[in-house]
Amino acid sequence: MSMNLLWLQSGGCGGCTMSLLCSEARDPLGQFRDAGIDLLWHPALSEPTAAEALELLEGCAAGRTPVDILCIEGAMLRGPHGSGRFHRVSGTGRPMTEWVARLAAQARHTLAIGTCAAYGGIPAAGENPAEACGLQYDGAIRGGLLGASYRSRSGLPVINVAGCPPHPGWVIDTLAALAAGELREEDLDALGRPRLYADQLVHHGCARNEYYEFKASAEKPSDLGCLMENLGCKGTQAHADCNLRPWNGEGSCTRGGYACVSCTEPGFEEPGHPFARTPKIAGIPIGLPTDMPKAWFVALAALSKSATPRRVRENATADHLVVTPAVRRTGLK
Amino acid sequence: MRLVVGPFNRVEGDLEVTLEVEAGVVRTAWVNSPMFRGFERILSGKDPLDALVFVPRICGICSVAQSSACAQALAAAIGVEAPENGRLAANLVLAAENLADHLTHFYLFFMPDFAREAYRARPWFDGTTERFRAVTGSAAAEALPARMEFLRLMGFLAGKWPHTLSIQPGGSGRAVQASERIRLIALLRRFRDWLECVLFGATLEEVAALEKAAALDAWCEAHPGSDFARFLEIARDLDLHRLGRATDRFISYGAYPLAQGHLFRAGVWDGGLHGLDPGAISEDISHAWLAGNEPVSHPCSGVTAPDADNAGGYTWCKAPRWNGRVMETGALARQMVHGHPLIRDLVAHDGGNVAGRVVARLLELALVVPEMERWARALRPGEPFCSHGELPREASAAGLVEAARGALGHWLEVSAGRIRNYQIIAPTTWNFSPRDRDGMPGALEQALAGTPVAPGERVPVAVQHVVRSFDPCMVCTVH
Repeated sequence: MSMNLLWLQSGGCGGCTMSLLCSEARDPLGQFRDAGIDLLWHPALSEPTAAEALELLEGCAAGRTPVDILCIEGAMLRGPHGSGRFHRVSGTGRPMTEWVARLAAQARHTLAIGTCAAYGGIPAAGENPAEACGLQYDGAIRGGLLGASYRSRSGLPVINVAGCPPHPGWVIDTLAALAAGELREEDLDALGRPRLYADQLVHHGCARNEYYEFKASAEKPSDLGCLMENLGCKGTQAHADCNLRPWNGEGSCTRGGYACVSCTEPGFEEPGHPFARTPKIAGIPIGLPTDMPKAWFVALAALSKSATPRRVRENATADHLVVTPAVRRTGLK
Repeated sequence: MRLVVGPFNRVEGDLEVTLEVEAGVVRTAWVNSPMFRGFERILSGKDPLDALVFVPRICGICSVAQSSACAQALAAAIGVEAPENGRLAANLVLAAENLADHLTHFYLFFMPDFAREAYRARPWFDGTTERFRAVTGSAAAEALPARMEFLRLMGFLAGKWPHTLSIQPGGSGRAVQASERIRLIALLRRFRDWLECVLFGATLEEVAALEKAAALDAWCEAHPGSDFARFLEIARDLDLHRLGRATDRFISYGAYPLAQGHLFRAGVWDGGLHGLDPGAISEDISHAWLAGNEPVSHPCSGVTAPDADNAGGYTWCKAPRWNGRVMETGALARQMVHGHPLIRDLVAHDGGNVAGRVVARLLELALVVPEMERWARALRPGEPFCSHGELPREASAAGLVEAARGALGHWLEVSAGRIRNYQIIAPTTWNFSPRDRDGMPGALEQALAGTPVAPGERVPVAVQHVVRSFDPCMVCTVH
């Protein structure tokens, strides 16, 4: 049995859709067909425009057309002063927040695509000029536009496919699991994220692992070393499988030469320190690897620093290998 | 008769156009960008380098262009210059985004409108529907994988797309290793093959060498069956060169900085070529839902303060002007300013119009891919990709780049080590500008005047062609 999908965008950048179009396994339109998902309307892909599209939206909001999967991309803009006028749906004069609330009341499943729709994200940074929040979260606090107790008709809370942007695979896999009836509440983590990608840490599979082991750290952009000690990397704390599931075929943030800013986490937009500088107390990073007691980290870091091979230490602050691994003539044992 | 048309999807929906229609023709148009997020306010008070995290997220479509403008402004503030490798890597990443955008615009956003029921009677309808119809057309199923494979360049050079941090003031934070350079060259070659086989049915060099409108017509006759030729046939049948003429004044900030200057030069075309004087750029807020003491200001002293009750306002978009004049920007403007002979000839015949804007985008695919091949070959693994320097506590600087859709500027003021003011003018801010205090309509508003509306048309198809010929990026427009 097929499911239909309605996708709307609000206070975001459109980047979640752009990321989705980079889907590697197959183009997203083909993947939707394979999964038995019919596209009711998507702003970047569908033909209906203006009155044609509004008729379709009204049919969904009024309950005449069933919406199996409602995907919302972008933050909910509640301002100014709670009026929602910072984003009115073109041709209707009505706030997007009102449209989303009506549609979410009808939807069998409601998905927040990206960190903006999940938790508020980037538009909620600074003074949060547009009063941005997520569908069911305002930062890390449950609530948001739809309220803490919201459940879609399937009985699930909002499914938060967080990420800025989310990897195309996170979106496709979540939709495919839903269409196959294989996504249950226990498949979501404590922040509503699908565990199919959120049970991993960005650190898992990081190509800089040897530098991490020896605390051989990068000091400036383009250095090869570990980005945790100096350059703000949160990969040992951030939930996502970025280094196990390559981005654009080859990459990830840490492979791209820069820190993980923990974009799948609520509140990532206001880390309380410059993004590319690790906050420390007495030389020890405040943000320790998840599940690691501080004393152990300090002890291990001291030990591994003292045991760092020259090769690893020198390469850590270079932009290409200046010392290569020794070639042993005795065979590997 | 008054017609309110929106949401305008492909690429996004956040555009509303109000049309005054008389005797089957649009007399007057008002363009409304109905979403405000407030990036300029978010950036205020931040650590200047944090802008590198925020600005790409203005727009997931022009993400790298936003990063590049920011990095350029920071580089000017620091006084640092990228090494040759860094410059080439940054150009490759920006070019990949710009060209992928051109491809996406053609296949996903623009062509599907010719598969609408309104064209059922045209001789090309069946073939166009099979090829370009939204969601089900055969072209999207070919173009999306080609785009995906091309954007693997981002996996190598930018970590991911959109929203990279590899673009740094001093160049690129992602040094390319020797084996990666070889794979990059192979990847570009594969994209060239796809363009030559499917889009053009000819070599890129052959397309790039077209110099006259007549030569383009002859080329189209000689290369039936390619997607470019299909478009040219439709354009001729529907007289798209007579549709959507705007101001015929064009601005380009100059694209792809190289050691010897930009690949495509900076400047303004106003019937003749002028130098780009960035001091002549201003923004007018008289018709926007914004407040400020000055109705017109240079972006370095600009203010972005929302005021939903501003009586004169009908959009969140400011009205950028160059020497007080309305400008069009984008691929057509870029090639017009640079002086590509085909684009100069097309504009000499019919001004800037729907057909010319599409031709200019596809022409850039033919022009820039061979440059990307040269840049990738010129990378020198083992030599530096990034320079370094300290940001002063006080600074004032600008970053001016060309995104796919045209001129993108960031103006940065640093005070006591924090961002004091950050103002952004995006390409679609120029194109979809509202009226200014003299009542002069913006580029799209001018382009829509004169567009035919058939009796009973609720969503006039010609209006859609005109709007989409600009490849609007609404999240950039207001930000």
